[in-house]
Amino acid sequence: MDYQAIWLSVRLAASTTAILLTVGVPLAYWISFSRRRWKFLVEAVVALPLVLPPTVLGFYVLLAIGPHSPVGALYAKLTGGMLPFSFQGLLLASVLYSLPFTVQPVATAFAGVDRRLVEASWCLGVSRAATFRRVIAPLAAPGIATGAILSFAHTMGEFGVVLMVGGNIAGVTRTVSISIYDQVQALDYGAATETSLFLLAFSFAVLAATYALQRRVWAIWPAN
Amino acid sequence: MAGELNCGCRARLNSGFSLDAQLRIPFDQSPVTVLFGPSGAGKTTLLRMLAGLDRPDEGAITFRGERWFDASRSICLPPQKRRAGFLFQDYALFPHLTVARNIAFAARPGKGREYLKAFGLAELATRLPGSISGGQQQRVALARALAAEPALLLLDEPLSALDAATRLRTRHQLRDMLLTAGVPSIIVTHDRMEAVALGDWMAVMVGGCILQAGPVQEVFRHPANAQVAECVGVENVLPARIAARENGLLTLEIGAARLQSIDSGEAGPVVACIRGEDVAISREPVATSSARNRLAGHVRSVILEGPLARVELDCGIPLVAVVTAQSVAEMRLQPNDAVSAIVKTTSVHVAPWSESDTAAK
Repeated sequence: MDYQAIWLSVRLAASTTAILLTVGVPLAYWISFSRRRWKFLVEAVVALPLVLPPTVLGFYVLLAIGPHSPVGALYAKLTGGMLPFSFQGLLLASVLYSLPFTVQPVATAFAGVDRRLVEASWCLGVSRAATFRRVIAPLAAPGIATGAILSFAHTMGEFGVVLMVGGNIAGVTRTVSISIYDQVQALDYGAATETSLFLLAFSFAVLAATYALQRRVWAIWPAN
Repeated sequence: MAGELNCGCRARLNSGFSLDAQLRIPFDQSPVTVLFGPSGAGKTTLLRMLAGLDRPDEGAITFRGERWFDASRSICLPPQKRRAGFLFQDYALFPHLTVARNIAFAARPGKGREYLKAFGLAELATRLPGSISGGQQQRVALARALAAEPALLLLDEPLSALDAATRLRTRHQLRDMLLTAGVPSIIVTHDRMEAVALGDWMAVMVGGCILQAGPVQEVFRHPANAQVAECVGVENVLPARIAARENGLLTLEIGAARLQSIDSGEAGPVVACIRGEDVAISREPVATSSARNRLAGHVRSVILEGPLARVELDCGIPLVAVVTAQSVAEMRLQPNDAVSAIVKTTSVHVAPWSESDTAAK
């Protein structure tokens, strides 16, 4: 098995999830509670990666972070490096690609928190930020956990975007799924079977955990 | 000094309902105010505007001289700054926190424990809200609201989520708890008995407007107009014409019948408001009595309502009497029995008919 690729995928998935929790949770909060009329446009943009072919997404990301683009130029100026075919570029693409997998479950969980509990907290004199921390977040915890798990799993298995933006550089951008592709191309079916089995078992475990969380098999706080 | 609440709010809701509430509550004399009216009158909406949860389109709200809302100056304090405790109809207890932590949620250190004990909830301290009874939940919600030391307490139908037996028991406890806490309170209710039992001051709201405000007994005895009279449950609201006025007495012509009342200076089209319990029923014929306002008629129906009975009479005009079930049994009242109805002149309250004359007293 290509342990280097597995380790790279784990690092990529963990970093993506961490970034998505800091970016996606506030975005989900805004989507759940905002009354702006153009909210649906933001929702549509967030959901785009669900329906867009990964090649299309990857292509645009590649254009957007290329050395001649404003983002690429700024990055080169700040770090001296380049985003395409780097771990950082891959990370950026993964964040965009997995955005709906964090935002949607979290937004659904926020929307499921009884609005009166939030208002009750405000009327008790508790600030909006503290109300989020003490009422909304604990009650939406299963949804936040689901969002994090799904983003992690989705990033672990991504292929098209990685190929477009990251290429296939061992130790830098060669993720598990790319490695399997390589193994098959090299007719090394033994290795491909092993790695595939690993991804299959991993994906199943993650989904089982997610559904168990939603069904409260392991309740985060006791049900009433 | 409990201070005063001044509210003049206008709002048009998405549903098309419009609210125009002018209200002044002197909390100095009346610590507990009841906001009374039928369902859909806009009571909860007004309460939410006072709390800062909904924003009126126009108007101003001041409490103890502090400006909570002023549309003309774009002032709208958030709920956190108003310190107006809000007791939701279904209590909105935090389901993930124990009773003790619910009460201590916004309390100063030590206060939570104090209120837990004062409300007799110490035994339930470690329980979750979902596992205690409705009456207990109500106490927890009240303790939580009071432990945050609000300047004003707003209660939205605090008893409606309870079963009938608990509601009766809790009603008096609730008033005691509010008076003990000494926090000026506004209670929304559509239940007449609750209004009488809980409130000192009362505002009657119908169709988004405050029609009358004043001491509870005053509103019940002297409704400002026909609409308020019907709303507060005066059994007999009869359109009348002033036929004569002499020696401080009015003679009212109500259909074929004539009734006398104390002259309160009303003129024009009026209604005669007579509470059911002020109509006495007698088997004696009319001629033998010298009492004023004695009308001959017959019984149309007798409806028993627990210890009381509602007797519908036809005396040329329809009259409803509320008497004890015992006296119905003693008089053996049956439909079609010939009886006479007696109403004291002081029990006939004359109110203007017009609904435009709705300025709050």
